[in-house]
Amino acid sequence: MAHDTHDHTPGFFARWFCSTNHKDIGTLYIIFALIAGLIGGAFSVMMRAELQHPGVQYVLTKDADHAGGVVGAVERMANDAVAGQSSATVDSTGAPTDNGTRDGQLWNVMITAHGLIMVFFTVMPALIGGFGNWFVPLMIGAPDMAFPRLNNISFWLMVPAFALLLGSAVVGMGAGTGWTVYPPLSSKVGHDGMSVDMAIFALHLAGISSILGAANFITTIFNMRAPGMTLHRMPLFGWAMLVTAFLLLLSVPVLGGAITMLLTDRNFGTSFFAPEGGGDPLLFQHLFWFFGHPEVYIMILPAFGIISHIVSTFSKKPVFGYLGMAYAMVAIGVVGFVVWAHHMYTVGMSVNTRAYFTAATLIIAVPTGVKIFSWIATMWGGSIRFTTPMLWAIGFIFLFTVGGVTGVVLANGGMDLALHDTYYVVAHFHYVLSLGAVFAIFAGYYYWIGKMSGRQYPEWAGKLHFFTTFIGVNLIFFPQHFLGLQGMPRRYVDYPDAYAYWNNISSIGAYISFASTLFFVGIAIYTLKWGKKVGANYWGEGATTLEWTISSPPPFHTFETQPVITAEAGH
Amino acid sequence: MRVFWTLLSLVLATPAYATGLEPKPGIGQPVDKGLSLQLPASAIKENMEWFHNDLLLPITTGIVVFVFALLLWVMLRYNSKMNPTPSKTTHNTLIEVIWTAVPILILIGIAIPSLKLLYFTERNPEQTEMTVKVIGHQWYWEYEYPDQNGIKFSAYIKKNDELKPGEPRLLETDRRLVLPVDTNIKFIVTAADVIHSWTVPAFGVKRDAIPGRLNETWVKVNQTGVFYGQCSELCGADHAYMPIAVEVVSKDAFAGWVKAQQAEQGLTPATQSN
Repeated sequence: MAHDTHDHTPGFFARWFCSTNHKDIGTLYIIFALIAGLIGGAFSVMMRAELQHPGVQYVLTKDADHAGGVVGAVERMANDAVAGQSSATVDSTGAPTDNGTRDGQLWNVMITAHGLIMVFFTVMPALIGGFGNWFVPLMIGAPDMAFPRLNNISFWLMVPAFALLLGSAVVGMGAGTGWTVYPPLSSKVGHDGMSVDMAIFALHLAGISSILGAANFITTIFNMRAPGMTLHRMPLFGWAMLVTAFLLLLSVPVLGGAITMLLTDRNFGTSFFAPEGGGDPLLFQHLFWFFGHPEVYIMILPAFGIISHIVSTFSKKPVFGYLGMAYAMVAIGVVGFVVWAHHMYTVGMSVNTRAYFTAATLIIAVPTGVKIFSWIATMWGGSIRFTTPMLWAIGFIFLFTVGGVTGVVLANGGMDLALHDTYYVVAHFHYVLSLGAVFAIFAGYYYWIGKMSGRQYPEWAGKLHFFTTFIGVNLIFFPQHFLGLQGMPRRYVDYPDAYAYWNNISSIGAYISFASTLFFVGIAIYTLKWGKKVGANYWGEGATTLEWTISSPPPFHTFETQPVITAEAGH
Repeated sequence: MRVFWTLLSLVLATPAYATGLEPKPGIGQPVDKGLSLQLPASAIKENMEWFHNDLLLPITTGIVVFVFALLLWVMLRYNSKMNPTPSKTTHNTLIEVIWTAVPILILIGIAIPSLKLLYFTERNPEQTEMTVKVIGHQWYWEYEYPDQNGIKFSAYIKKNDELKPGEPRLLETDRRLVLPVDTNIKFIVTAADVIHSWTVPAFGVKRDAIPGRLNETWVKVNQTGVFYGQCSELCGADHAYMPIAVEVVSKDAFAGWVKAQQAEQGLTPATQSN
């Protein structure tokens, strides 16, 4: 993102490798998330290619120790793509063929890598490290984050974490535990060798990064707001990041504890989760989901913040029900900590416990509904312009609603017995994350890329990207509701033939989406090199937050003179 | 007498572990292009079907359609061409109270039948008539019948080339769990290595098999037939290859099957076998 600035900026190495500047670190995070997202997305396309037809076509092995698995699978996929036809299916329950035998472990490694990469190395870095770093200080009128060096460490911990995670997929048998890492499958019983230990260390480093980042955001937001910017005048993205930071600070250490105990179980003879030593596998599940449920709100709250700004900007209206919007996020954050066991309805908890978790989970629909209706009310009476970011935002509101109501279905402990661990769950969480959080990332990207780079994307290309992605992802995930209702279990490399029809459609959707994502990469490169130069407030009247008062791209150091906020400034 | 039962089973011309039941398309297994839940074969699943199809689905569809209609309306009515001057409204207490209160009422309407369903799935049958122990292994299921003098066997996936016509690929096992119809059956579920999950969609049953724990669930199957399920907790390389096949037969046929099994496994003293 090279650009002329009038400031004195450090040289290349000092600027990008030793950076303490929130904008540069934000840029690094966004680039990091984009690269990780392409890798994680490539995994998902490979998975959909395998699942397009019944039987096993690509995820095969010729030797017992699974060596070269991913490379071999990619090779076979490439050959088929060139030939324009599908490989002969390996008789997945029968004898080995020339192509090898099915490799269920490789499959599990792929689903694990896809999940962990998308959660920890794509969505979180993009929303929190990327947009959070860039725009929290700008929106609250702060010159930088409170702890710039800590900010640098937060980013650079992500790089070795990602390297360890990718390593865990190729070392030994690979970590095929699912992103949930449940023991005993993740203990020595299920995964001998180093791969799970590497995955644990990857999560340790990513976790430390998150905790440090969270402390930084909380300190910045509480102490560095410009004069006059009370908490109740702070832009909603600031509120979203504040709540997110608290969720991170309170939940990630619990994950850290759980995986550390798993590590000592694996290597030092403890038995926290091993029944043969008096431990309990369910303890891990409780600890994991005590982190894991807030984690899903960690991924969606920043998205809520971004959507609020975009809807307000392009409706030329202030956000409707600002206080309700802010405290709805606080409520979601608080209630999000007391619903974790709804991921565990089938483990054999007492029925009264499940009744509580059913009731508590249903309650979350109320603040979420407040947000949906407030966005629509913001548009109501507005003067709406359908720019690319606004299209993504409207798409977000609709698809998040779809994901939300399937969440209400799954919240019911009795009903969940039919749907737990099926594709219905996969469809649900991709509607709220892939079609929710990721839509918000794209919305934020198109909204702010002009601000960040000083150059604007071509509008037609952004719209084309939106419509192809919208069609693609709905083709992938809507049919998965049907598969789940019919009982198709998730994390399966092969499925009974009755599921073939919807799986085929789902895979076609995946190809459309991935092509669309590659098109986006093209747009991004084009924008940075040849995009039209833009001024401070290229969205005009509706864009009222502080980042629109400074040049595009902003000077290296912003707000050297503190801005003063008055009550009229809006949100 | 053991010899007698073994001979009898041979005379019946079917292997001792099968009762010759054939799976019916659309019953106990997924259907091609299927859109909704598998057909129920137990009261639990019938209640689930009602709860999902008659209560949740209309409500959720209604909400999605409502939100879609609102979005469509604002996009058509309040775009910059139709409405060049935006209003400045930012608050309306009444509408905010309404859109908080109405969802609460809807959720209460869902929660009450939901909790009824939940407690029904856990209802301890007034009288457990028999117990089956289910043990998950990497990658097969082991079944024990403690009330039938401890009949036990393991069920592995059937390879493609061994499938008979009508037997679905990836769902059929070499031996099926045999159960009597219209009987309150308690399942004790556990695992020997990693976590598995014993699932039969048509029964509305799904219970994790966790090493070191005994989980309990129940079912009363209301029709005879063959019902299939698949392991529903990631358990390693062959997670997709440890299906569950259940054969539900009349009480008489079950009694006959039990005798044949006991004879084959040498479990019953001759004096008790008549």
